[in-house]
Amino acid sequence: MSGAAGLGVDVGSTTCKAVAVDRAGRILAWRVEPTHPRIEPQVTRLLGALREEAGDAPVGATGYGRKRVPSGRALTEITCHARGAFARTGAAGLLVDMGGQDTKVIRMGPAGEVLDFAMNDKCAAGTGRFLEVILGRLQVPFAEVADQAARAERAVAVSSTCTVFAESEVISLVADGAPLEGIVKGLHQALAARVAALARGATGPGEVFMSGGVALNAAMVGALREALGRPVRVLPEPQLVGALGAALSVVPGAA
Amino acid sequence: MIWRRARYEAAGRVVGPVIASLDAWQRRRGRRGRGPRGGPFGPPLESVAKLKELMTVHYYQGRYADGAVPVAWVTSGFPVEVLRPLGFHTVYPENHAAMCGVQRLVPGLSDAVEAQGYSRDLCSYVRTDLGSVVTGRTPVGRLPRPDLLACCTNICQTVLYWYRALAAHFGVPLVLVDTPYVYGPEAKPHQLAYVRDQLEELVRVAEKVSGRRAEPEALAEVARLAKEGTDLWAECLATGRERPAPWTGIDGFFHMAPIVALRGTEECNAYYRLLRDELKDRVRRGIGGLREERHRLLWDNLPIWFAVREVATLLAERGFNFVCTSYTNAWAEAGSRIDPSDLIGSAADSYTHIILNQDLPNRLGILRRLARDYGVDGAVLHSDRSCKPYSIGQVDLRDRLAAELGIRVLLLEADHSDPRAWASQQGENRLTAFMESFG
Ligand code: SF4
Repeated sequence: MSGAAGLGVDVGSTTCKAVAVDRAGRILAWRVEPTHPRIEPQVTRLLGALREEAGDAPVGATGYGRKRVPSGRALTEITCHARGAFARTGAAGLLVDMGGQDTKVIRMGPAGEVLDFAMNDKCAAGTGRFLEVILGRLQVPFAEVADQAARAERAVAVSSTCTVFAESEVISLVADGAPLEGIVKGLHQALAARVAALARGATGPGEVFMSGGVALNAAMVGALREALGRPVRVLPEPQLVGALGAALSVVPGAA
Repeated sequence: MIWRRARYEAAGRVVGPVIASLDAWQRRRGRRGRGPRGGPFGPPLESVAKLKELMTVHYYQGRYADGAVPVAWVTSGFPVEVLRPLGFHTVYPENHAAMCGVQRLVPGLSDAVEAQGYSRDLCSYVRTDLGSVVTGRTPVGRLPRPDLLACCTNICQTVLYWYRALAAHFGVPLVLVDTPYVYGPEAKPHQLAYVRDQLEELVRVAEKVSGRRAEPEALAEVARLAKEGTDLWAECLATGRERPAPWTGIDGFFHMAPIVALRGTEECNAYYRLLRDELKDRVRRGIGGLREERHRLLWDNLPIWFAVREVATLLAERGFNFVCTSYTNAWAEAGSRIDPSDLIGSAADSYTHIILNQDLPNRLGILRRLARDYGVDGAVLHSDRSCKPYSIGQVDLRDRLAAELGIRVLLLEADHSDPRAWASQQGENRLTAFMESFG
């Protein structure tokens, strides 16, 4: 039987993700769009498209807009990310999820349960938003970020992870003639250091996994690996992990 | 002077109580039809009416205190027992600031002092109090001008600078009781002797300011009252060990006002007898603070005054109750060492050993004991942006509590009274994820 067993929506601050999964946790269909200010119509449309493609099923919802998802079972991103990650890895470990406006570090137990978590505090420091703003300022397109960082001879130190302060710091670095590649690399290092500090609040055994839209940025994955001093494994379809967890939360007997 | 004194007495004995009962009557009328509290909470405590009356009268009488009786502004951890026999009307700026916090007045008051150059990184109680002094804005009508400022560093060092600013503003004497920080289980004898010396000097200064003499019998009587009040408060809190706990953590935060602000008076004790009896009665009848208590939690640090209800309701909806808090517990311990036969010596001992003046192993010990005595299965450690001495070390406390007791522990970042340091959405998210992790 290939019909959907669960639908999951993850309404994040930046993007809205929706998936349909079968009983085994395989993704049958998915959608990712920038989050619309009017969440309900958007979610209704996305779910409609998934239902057409994969069939109807109960809905699990997560993300900041989870309460706006019609007739969805609402769970926090922390629970859903852990559930989604565990479905992919089947192992205990540390999950670093870097999204648009928050970064979380979740320690998962051997059954995928949340043992502990830490999140960035109340501002965009340490999140995808930080990179988005500064890279936008430097006019570096996303597709070139990893190459630029890799080309850098050495990183130019960026001391601030406050998005606002870093922006002015970077502008003055450029004005002083610092190489662009070095700045790009330095930005990733600053961000990784911030996440590593957060991760220390949720230490533990097992592998380090990464999810969230920022995990698609190879430069960030590399910087995090260096900052943590441990290998970092990016989960397949990292952006969809939260929505996957939400979908699995309504599939009886699923992981 | 005589006229002012008469007015002060009348405010406390006649007008204040009338206003308080009018207030209560209006509240009852306004609530008719809507039903009390409700939702996930159990029936409200009847004593609340008496609590409101007590505090209303206290603050109402305070409006007429200056010029009638000597007035002292004191820190929450100050050995107030020494001042009571001399007839001081005491004002607790921290208690007043908490009221401002509940009513979300802090940003406005804080802006006023930030404009004068005080940093937003200062404790929000300080900003609230100085803001209230500067602008004259207060939810209690008016605070009486102090004749004496009484500051004890057993809660933090910030109070010293705060009270110095007050002393400069009002041009009145400031007495400082400096309590050495306690490393290890007990303070050293020389440390206690040092505090004792200061308390003796305090008596002399306070006698001078009040124009009265501190009679030994009067000191002993206040000591007895303070100790009894502390024990009564401890008894009230201890009812939280029962299942279901007969009240909630938020009830405790509000009902602590008398033990903080009226410690050492008969009104305070009479109130806690009433509350204790009601709580014990609820225990007998199986009435809980929540309709359905599923999980029991410990709260560490000050409450988030402006969001107390928001947080408690979010938790209560899923059957989580704060059955004990290290903060309310602090007032069940501070006076427990008081000995009426040696007020000065025992006050030195007592006030040196309060939770914020003790090192991390001691604090861990207190949390561990509370967690065990109250049978909690989780703890929320409020990392309070304002109160550094209370918040420092919480990462270690969290790890230790989780590892040693096998309970779930959440670190929640907020502020006790400045809503600008609280992200409601994120706070709710964290608390919800924490609750979800209980399965
Ligand atoms: S810093 Fe903490 S102990 Fe000191 S006044 Fe503020 S809240 Fe009270």
